[in-house]
Amino acid sequence: MSLSSLAQQIHLWLLGHMSEQWTLVLEMIIAGILVISFFAVLGLVLVYMERKVSAWMQIRLGPNRVGPKGLLQSFADTLKLLIKEGLTPDGADKFLFNIAPIGAIMVSMLLMAPIPFAKDFQMWDINIGVLYVSAVSSLSVISILVAGWSSNNKYSLLGAMRSGAQIVSYELSAGMAIMTIVILSGSLSLTEIIQSQQNGWWLFKGHVPVIIAFVIYIIAVTAETNRAPFDMAEAESELTAGFHTEYSGMKFALFFLAEYVNVFIVCAIGAILFLGGWMPLHIGEWTAFNHIMDYIPSSIWFMGKTFGLIFLIMWFRWTFPRLRVDQLLKLEWNYLLPISMINVVLVTALAILGWYFK
Amino acid sequence: MQETIGHSATGDLVINVGPQHPATHGVLHLVIHLQGETITKVEPHLGYIHRSIEKMCESLTYRQFIYVTSRMDYLSAHINNLACALCVEKGLGVEIPERAQVIRVLMSELTRIASHELWWGAMAMDLGAFTPFFHAFRERESINDIMEETCGARLTMNYMVPGGVMMDLHPNFQKRVKDFLQLYKSKIDEYDEMVTGNIIFQNRMKGVGYLSKEDAISFGCSGPTARASGVSCDVRKWYPYEIYSKLDFEEVIETGGDSLARYMVRIREMKESIRIVEQLIDAIPEGPFQAKTKAVLKLPKGEFYQQVETARGELGVYIVSEGGTTPYRIKFRSPGFSNLSALETMVKGSKIGDLVAAMGTLDLVIPDIDR
Repeated sequence: MSLSSLAQQIHLWLLGHMSEQWTLVLEMIIAGILVISFFAVLGLVLVYMERKVSAWMQIRLGPNRVGPKGLLQSFADTLKLLIKEGLTPDGADKFLFNIAPIGAIMVSMLLMAPIPFAKDFQMWDINIGVLYVSAVSSLSVISILVAGWSSNNKYSLLGAMRSGAQIVSYELSAGMAIMTIVILSGSLSLTEIIQSQQNGWWLFKGHVPVIIAFVIYIIAVTAETNRAPFDMAEAESELTAGFHTEYSGMKFALFFLAEYVNVFIVCAIGAILFLGGWMPLHIGEWTAFNHIMDYIPSSIWFMGKTFGLIFLIMWFRWTFPRLRVDQLLKLEWNYLLPISMINVVLVTALAILGWYFK
Repeated sequence: MQETIGHSATGDLVINVGPQHPATHGVLHLVIHLQGETITKVEPHLGYIHRSIEKMCESLTYRQFIYVTSRMDYLSAHINNLACALCVEKGLGVEIPERAQVIRVLMSELTRIASHELWWGAMAMDLGAFTPFFHAFRERESINDIMEETCGARLTMNYMVPGGVMMDLHPNFQKRVKDFLQLYKSKIDEYDEMVTGNIIFQNRMKGVGYLSKEDAISFGCSGPTARASGVSCDVRKWYPYEIYSKLDFEEVIETGGDSLARYMVRIREMKESIRIVEQLIDAIPEGPFQAKTKAVLKLPKGEFYQQVETARGELGVYIVSEGGTTPYRIKFRSPGFSNLSALETMVKGSKIGDLVAAMGTLDLVIPDIDR
């Protein structure tokens, strides 16, 4: 039974028991609870994954004491964070200081809405999904700036300022990269973009320009989510912990969670745009192969691609040194942005002339 | 001038880097003045780990005070001990058996490799790359194991005594060192792949933290820091002690003067140290490992000085003797202190990230600076 039919059955069952309005309200509540629990699980899984991946690259074992293969380590850590005292520094702007982590997590939650996790399974099939995602993801900089400003700590302030410059700049490149796919598929809706990849993923269909766009997208979102080698905002050896230096306990955990969920979301968007989202891998005329691929559930396809990209981003983090802040901005304004601008023009020509594989 | 909290009189942002900070590798306290991200002033504040080792030495006998010096530059503890032992021997006028000399040089060079290993990992971590740290520690661990077997300790070995070394080499020593050399040669290229060749790394290091030859000399820099600016200052070449004059090795000199040059000097020095160890490991002469000395050592009245090349630079030991069993006054000229004084010249006008990179290439050990 697929996820979409399950959702359909719940919908019908609810309709049979109550009015349409109540069904809507109840479904919203269910969706909300699902998002929050998905968030928690995602945070645990990604933190565990990061620790295992880093251990693997650093010839260590990683967490292996709590639970089988250390699987419960993340739970233990979360529990610790929950019972820790959430300090508010004396000189901090108390209201802003406390609201910043909530802002960060809220942005991540909002971004979860239009993502199709499986075939016909998404919370909100909005027809301007891509626009929505890029618009909402820009909001994440606000909470970081607020956190840095309200902490009354110079390290935090520096981290926040760096992060502000960084996120605003790299959004341009990420937006341009996303635009190439919008041009090719002719739609802003995430569902339609996935449908347009029925006969092959855009990464394969779109020739070199789309590959360039994909590379730029990965670089830009790594910077946008403040991950190494672009972790200017945190830059442990320079700014101790950057914008969240003063945060502790659950407030810190919210920032931490938001960071990981943002990584998941940008990877999910990358998988949707370039790798066909939940579409199975089909190779031309290989009918038998294509049939076998169809048997794998669409949710597995989606998660597999997303986690593949997440692994890639983690790989960056554990192998590259960090850029300097001026080099970071130079990379964006001198290289990535001009390249992606030319790339958009190329893709437009490609789309008009129909030179991509159909 | 009256300074308001957090801001200097010129309106710069004043930040305390340290004494607890991930980049200072110990309790170094830097007060840095910033215009935006640009550094206008760096002021090192010292003394957080001052244990008055020099004063302590005055009340210890010539046999005892050597062990305290392991705690100065703990990463080249062997070489510190060696400097003190050599200085005492100079005063006593004893002849050291050849076997002891070879063992001392072997241990010094192994220590140098271990120290540079740790520096390499820590410096990469300063630049935000975590993985090299673990790779560096993998190799350093095998040196520590060799040390543990022969000297009984891994970090503060206390192996050098006036007249030679404390005990003979462990029977396994030669085999283990050879195993290590083999392992190490297969790994050292990995370092270049992982860090040296990385474009981000190159951009972070090239042209950053520039120290001219003149400045290096006037600040009294020594060791790899000075050699990266083109100053030939290797004590092993200029004032050879032990058997260094008979050995075939190069003094590594780079002329870049920037962080990358300092990095390359240390990387190449590791390879030179390997060469020295290779020359000696099969040629350890037979004989006693310690010269015969009296149970209670008394230095004649006078002043004695001995300098050696530690992993960080020139360490000088200056003993003033009144003819008793304890020194009248001891002064250590530690390399870290002079090297640190060049930091402001290096990083003025560059970004915070450059400060961290330049500090990483100075290879500071704070207990060596404070003593």
